[in-house]
Amino acid sequence: MHAVDNLKEAERLMTVCNSCRYCEGLCAVFPAMELRRDFGDGDLNYLANLCHGCGACYVDCQFSPPHEFNVNVPQTLAKVRADSYRSYAWPKAFQPMFDRNGTAIAAVTAISIAAFILGFALWHDPAVLASNSGQFYRLMPHNAMAGLFGAITLYALLAIIMGFRAFWKDIGASSVSAGSGLTLWQATKDAAGLRYLDGGGVGCYNKDEKPTDNRRLFHHLTFYGFMLCFAATTTGTIYHYMFDWPAPYGWTELPKLFGIPGGIGLVIGPAGLMHAKLKRHPDMLDPARFGMDTAFLAMMFMTGLTGLALMLVRETAAMGITLAIHLGVVFALFATMPYGKFVHGFYRFGALALYAAERRADRPAKTIRKT
Amino acid sequence: MISHMRSIVARFVDLLKPLSTFYQENTVGDCCIRLCAIVYIDFQQTGTTREMCVQVPPKEVDVLVIGGGNAALCAAITARRGGATVLVVEAAPKFYRGGNTRHTRNMRCAHDTATDHLTGPYGEDEFWNDLHRVTEGHTDEDLARYMIAQSKDILPWIAQQGVRFQPSLGGTLSLGRTNSFFLGGGRAMLNALYLTAERLGVQVIYEAPAVSVEIDNGAFRSATLRSNGTDYTVRAKSLVAAAGGYEANIDWLKQGWGERADNFLIRGTPYNRGDVLKMLLDNGVLPIGDPTQCHAVAIDARAPKFDGGIITRLDCVVFGIVVNRDAERFYDEGEDFWPRRYAIWGRLVAAQPGQIAYIVFDAKSLKMFMPSLFPPVEANSLAELAAKLELPAEAFLKTLTEFNDAVRPGTFDHTELDDCRTEGLALQKSHWARRIDEAPFYAYPVRPGITFTYLGTRVDRDARMQMANGGKAENMFAAGEIMAGNVLGRGYAAGIGMTIGSVFGRIAGERAAQNARG
Ligand SMILES: Cc1cc2nc3c(=O)[nH]c(=O)nc-3n(C[C@H](O)[C@H](O)[C@H](O)COP(=O)(O)OP(=O)(O)OC[C@H]3O[C@@H](n4cnc5c(N)ncnc54)[C@H](O)[C@@H]3O)c2cc1C
Ligand code: SF4
Ligand code: SF4
Repeated sequence: MHAVDNLKEAERLMTVCNSCRYCEGLCAVFPAMELRRDFGDGDLNYLANLCHGCGACYVDCQFSPPHEFNVNVPQTLAKVRADSYRSYAWPKAFQPMFDRNGTAIAAVTAISIAAFILGFALWHDPAVLASNSGQFYRLMPHNAMAGLFGAITLYALLAIIMGFRAFWKDIGASSVSAGSGLTLWQATKDAAGLRYLDGGGVGCYNKDEKPTDNRRLFHHLTFYGFMLCFAATTTGTIYHYMFDWPAPYGWTELPKLFGIPGGIGLVIGPAGLMHAKLKRHPDMLDPARFGMDTAFLAMMFMTGLTGLALMLVRETAAMGITLAIHLGVVFALFATMPYGKFVHGFYRFGALALYAAERRADRPAKTIRKT
Repeated sequence: MISHMRSIVARFVDLLKPLSTFYQENTVGDCCIRLCAIVYIDFQQTGTTREMCVQVPPKEVDVLVIGGGNAALCAAITARRGGATVLVVEAAPKFYRGGNTRHTRNMRCAHDTATDHLTGPYGEDEFWNDLHRVTEGHTDEDLARYMIAQSKDILPWIAQQGVRFQPSLGGTLSLGRTNSFFLGGGRAMLNALYLTAERLGVQVIYEAPAVSVEIDNGAFRSATLRSNGTDYTVRAKSLVAAAGGYEANIDWLKQGWGERADNFLIRGTPYNRGDVLKMLLDNGVLPIGDPTQCHAVAIDARAPKFDGGIITRLDCVVFGIVVNRDAERFYDEGEDFWPRRYAIWGRLVAAQPGQIAYIVFDAKSLKMFMPSLFPPVEANSLAELAAKLELPAEAFLKTLTEFNDAVRPGTFDHTELDDCRTEGLALQKSHWARRIDEAPFYAYPVRPGITFTYLGTRVDRDARMQMANGGKAENMFAAGEIMAGNVLGRGYAAGIGMTIGSVFGRIAGERAAQNARG
């Protein structure tokens, strides 16, 4: 379906829900909806990103399919949400990355891995790929590594900030000062605990009307796993530059203490989320975005897996090739970060901040209406 | 590639299914004689498998519950907890299980103190006074007071069965003290009850309406269900009839309303056809309640024939005027607060030609009431509005001019009985009368929307059916809409339908189990 159709359907549903309101207590979406009487594109993009896709309002709705009113809030908001990632992406030239996101990310990753393998081989004697010295920096000097990854991280950050700015403006966040300290703190708490990914208190719905899903747990493993890995890399870089203390680090040093549980989280979390996705009732999924979702989970999973593998094989002849794969994956992860599902976290956080602000102000944000 | 991987994983998951089915059947459902055939279909083509459950009812159970709504599930859970084997037969498919309970949002129970969800106490006497008032005395006081006393236990009990509550919904503040709102609404409530029932080992069969019963002089013997085109006879030691009213049976409604019933819309399930009620009455059970009456409100005429639910209701009568097909007003739109008057408008519209009417208002009022499913018909002039509604233009303009001319100046306040009224009309509007003169102009077409019927089976405090010949039924109990007429002979108080179902459902289940176990 075209993005415009998805917005239209979301507008229809929000009107239906606003005259029903039975789901008011399930999550933040419905109270935010009740503050409004009509719904512009900015409002709908806000509500869509506020939705965590827990599925409760689908199994609780007396009008969900096969009822002729065909009320399917989780699926419709999922579609609008995914469309919004595309429409806010910066620069515009890269927006088509979202159209066949799975393929695009897979291609970038493959190229990136190949480039690292080739790079190592050309730079040195190809034999170095099979060396078992345990010394990463003989393959790629630390400065080169830090420079390359620093640059791509900065780029990703810039692109994400630009996208976020467009979103923030579109949802009218400033009109209720959603950027204030209190609302950001509330949003941080809500996001960190995944407050709304619990089906209104009993857990998410996935396959049927029984709340049996563990998505919140797996999401925590993925998110905190990622943060731990990030912390591991950051502490490593600090050790290197500030204390002149290069890798490898011992088992009890911070980079390892962060990295190992982080890597494990990044393997188990995405696997659990993928399993849930495959079992999910098709009515609640956005089939067109299966590639995007899968690519995101796969990238997380591979980052964790190759990181752990690298640690295990570092003293063996497989070190060189494993390092190339790991760096290739991580490079691709950052390069595609603004153009894949990764951005969901930022938009969701922004939506939660606006929700907190609207609750405090007890009025809806003012969005710009395109007529 | 991805879809291939997906099918491999899906296949793997499916391979585990027989194991889990076996596990569930042999650990949970001790009264289950469910025959589950797992059939693999076109695996090559779709990479998925479909599970086909051939449900064969048992030949005999302790307690047979007919119906699948609140009353039925409360009875089934209680009977099962009382040690009986229980079979629930539901006429509707799984998605539509639970009839009108699916559409509910709250229940009214007496309580002594405020709670997390209720803003203050609601004592038994106050509840009784409310009930007495709305029914205008058409209630069995002994039974009603007994129900109200029992309703106190219902809130904690039903929460134990997994049902969750929340404070009153936006726009329903006036019910915040008396009514407990279900988190997620009636379908969420039902999902919780079904989950509990299944965990306890209650067997449920969908798409299996009871089509006949064998009753021997006030003693129930068996019922016949039709499932997948096959008839199965189930013998039971006790019967709980909880199959709702007959509001979806237009032919039956015609007995009270004549051909007009063809133009009625049914707000809830199409499955409440009253077949069970009829079978019981035909077998000598004593009836109660007015067979010619039903609870009817004015709902959007564009709503589907059945199951339009809550979102087709309109709360804007007090803000405008209401005209019939001849563009004439027919009742004082501002007589009293809307919650006190909304239930008369169904009958008022039913009395109009063609059973249709139009609520007309202007730009001033558009945002003053809860939105509903369909947008109002909109026009830039009253003449254009008449044309869009296909009303006689001249008569329409005359009615509006007369009305507008009769409006006296006043201070509009829809939260009190204000002083905005008309003067000099044959039919006045007593409050909230404002000139309809600000474009754009709006209208909602409305028709009678039937909520439930009053005719039911007479019961006693044990929810035991009473027989027309004076005796008591030996082993037949009734709960919910099918016996609501005992306490609700007329009128309605929000949330009482669910209270009747839960209180008498629980009693019926308990007695039915006791009866079955001797
Ligand atoms: C739109 C709407 C909103 C409402 N809101 C509220 C509210 O907020 N609070 C409130 O208290 N009340 C409300 N009511 C009234 C309330 O729905 C009923 O009072 C209540 O559902 C009655 O419960 P029950 O279990 O007796 O019947 P139902 O819930 O209607 O269940 C009857 C069941 O019997 C089944 N059945 C019918 N015939 C057969 C057969 N032959 N064999 C097997 N099964 C059969 C049906 O499929 C159905 O599952 C509302 C009603 C409507 C229409
Ligand atoms: S999802 Fe369904 S039940 Fe929930 S508010 Fe919307 S219409 Fe009502
Ligand atoms: S899927 Fe969950 S989070 Fe999204 S709108 Fe429905 S209840 Fe809210």
